[in-house]
Amino acid sequence: MIPNLFGITLITFILFNILVSDPATRFAGKYATAERVETIRAELGLDRSLPEQYLFYLKQIVTLDFGRSWATKQKITTMINDGFSATLCLTIPPFIASIIFSLGLAMFASYHRGSFFDKGVVVVCLALMSISSLVYILFLQNVLAFQWGLFPVSGWDPSWAGRWEYLVLPWIILFVLLLGTDILVYRSVILDEAYQDYVRTARAKGVSNWAVYTKHILKNALIPVITMVVIGMPFLITGSFLIESFFGIPGLGGMMLKALNESDFPVIKAMTVIISIAYMFFNLLADIVYSLVDPRIRLS
Amino acid sequence: MNAQANAQIETSHELLAPTQVNLNRRNSLWWDAYRRLKRDKVAIVSFWVIVAYVVMAILAKLGILFPDVALSVGDQYMPFSLEHPFGTDIQGRDVLARAVHGAATALSVGFIASSIALVIGITLGALAGYYGGKVDALIVWLYTTIDSIPYILLIPSLTFVLGRGLVNVYIAVGVTSWVTLCRLVRAEFMKHKSRDYVLAAEALGAGDGRKIFRHILPNVAHIGFVQFGLGFVSAIKFEVILSYLGVGVDPTTPSWGIMLDDAKLELSRPFWGNLTAATLFMFFLVLAFNLFNDALRESLDPKLKNK
Repeated sequence: MIPNLFGITLITFILFNILVSDPATRFAGKYATAERVETIRAELGLDRSLPEQYLFYLKQIVTLDFGRSWATKQKITTMINDGFSATLCLTIPPFIASIIFSLGLAMFASYHRGSFFDKGVVVVCLALMSISSLVYILFLQNVLAFQWGLFPVSGWDPSWAGRWEYLVLPWIILFVLLLGTDILVYRSVILDEAYQDYVRTARAKGVSNWAVYTKHILKNALIPVITMVVIGMPFLITGSFLIESFFGIPGLGGMMLKALNESDFPVIKAMTVIISIAYMFFNLLADIVYSLVDPRIRLS
Repeated sequence: MNAQANAQIETSHELLAPTQVNLNRRNSLWWDAYRRLKRDKVAIVSFWVIVAYVVMAILAKLGILFPDVALSVGDQYMPFSLEHPFGTDIQGRDVLARAVHGAATALSVGFIASSIALVIGITLGALAGYYGGKVDALIVWLYTTIDSIPYILLIPSLTFVLGRGLVNVYIAVGVTSWVTLCRLVRAEFMKHKSRDYVLAAEALGAGDGRKIFRHILPNVAHIGFVQFGLGFVSAIKFEVILSYLGVGVDPTTPSWGIMLDDAKLELSRPFWGNLTAATLFMFFLVLAFNLFNDALRESLDPKLKNK
């Protein structure tokens, strides 16, 4: 984990401190004088040598103090703190809903595998996955919110009681976006289990088809499912950046997109490092959970 | 030998000596896969849809199909008509023409980016799996690092740094999407390198290069095929999102992402041409790819052979 962390800092550093051609000029704008560019360069610490800049960057990460945004001059730590609650409010409900719904549907489809229903589910899922996420957002926002007026087009209420009104449509969209992949993956996991020897044994000793599915297959299929869910958790932070920017939700994704548009490197660097750490953390957690739920892993 | 001749031999043998059929049939993973694919109607249809897209894209690039893609052919925002099935956009350009040319952009991104990923993934995966030790440790470190940076941050950052443009989209998507392939190829090489046939090759005096490329690689190449198809689809999707975000192809290049970006401001007019055209064109291509990938993966999976 430590070597990977080192690698991540190295890659982001190379990207934004070495490959980007002169961020100070970019930041100062087209009409800045040479002196102004120099001052900005000094302000941003870009006049120091590269190793110095890198050490400074490492220090920022260790102390979790990423400095200030170039665009808004706000402290990045505060910005991230503020964004967290909005993002999680947006992503957690559809994330959980999709897992439960998809697992149920995948069970039902694989119970009737090969049937018209099963094939229909697969085709519909593949079709859902073949449409760009942008299209769902554009279409549903325009039709449901703008034309039919069922939901507010965009906006945000900082209070907990008021914000759900703005969240319903984004939830629906996110749910639909997650559905296709989730159902197909869970279905294939369940089908993998359905051909195992223990299933044949259970059938041979007279266990009913229903009990085979709920007691034997589901239990075993849950192992990879849990791992996938844990590994997928960084999605809770990154998965919604388009929706956030379309619906004006002040979360981390929208913030990142804005930073990308405004060449706000400190924000992008901070986000990359934080999300990467979250990624590694959840991967590690997945390994731990995996060994907890599956005794075979512990033994080998 | 072509398929027809092959089928003929099969049937003639069936007539003459039914017990010998399997002895004379060409038997390899590839032939089995081909036979299974051929029986799969969905796979066949998807394959021809993809071919149709490729032909359309090439004709568009050669200037045979819709050569006046960048020109105004009428007023702005003309409604759907026979002459312009998806109307015209803000500059009076035919939306259908832009969607057709957008297919060329999407296919080129899919093809080149996943080719880059294929070369990097197979090379690094083969080196790591075959040599093990320090080489392996270094390559594993590299891909776990890249893998833990979310693509949705890494790719836009990369195109942002490289600048806008089609070539930079190829590079950004290509150099970031080889990880899964590399991981799979590495695992296969680790399994294969001590198998009998490789040891036999070594006994005959084959060097590392020969063992890797002539002996092991053909046995793991099917992974590359499946991953290439999957990479193709995700590259197309990335191109659309990157172009939409303004870090993809430059705005003069016809692209479905740019059409969707235009559509964002046009839906309230209302003008639906860009959204409809881009969505439909992308939908059929990606769906065909998804279906074909599924069939390909199943036909190459020896475990499913007799099901």
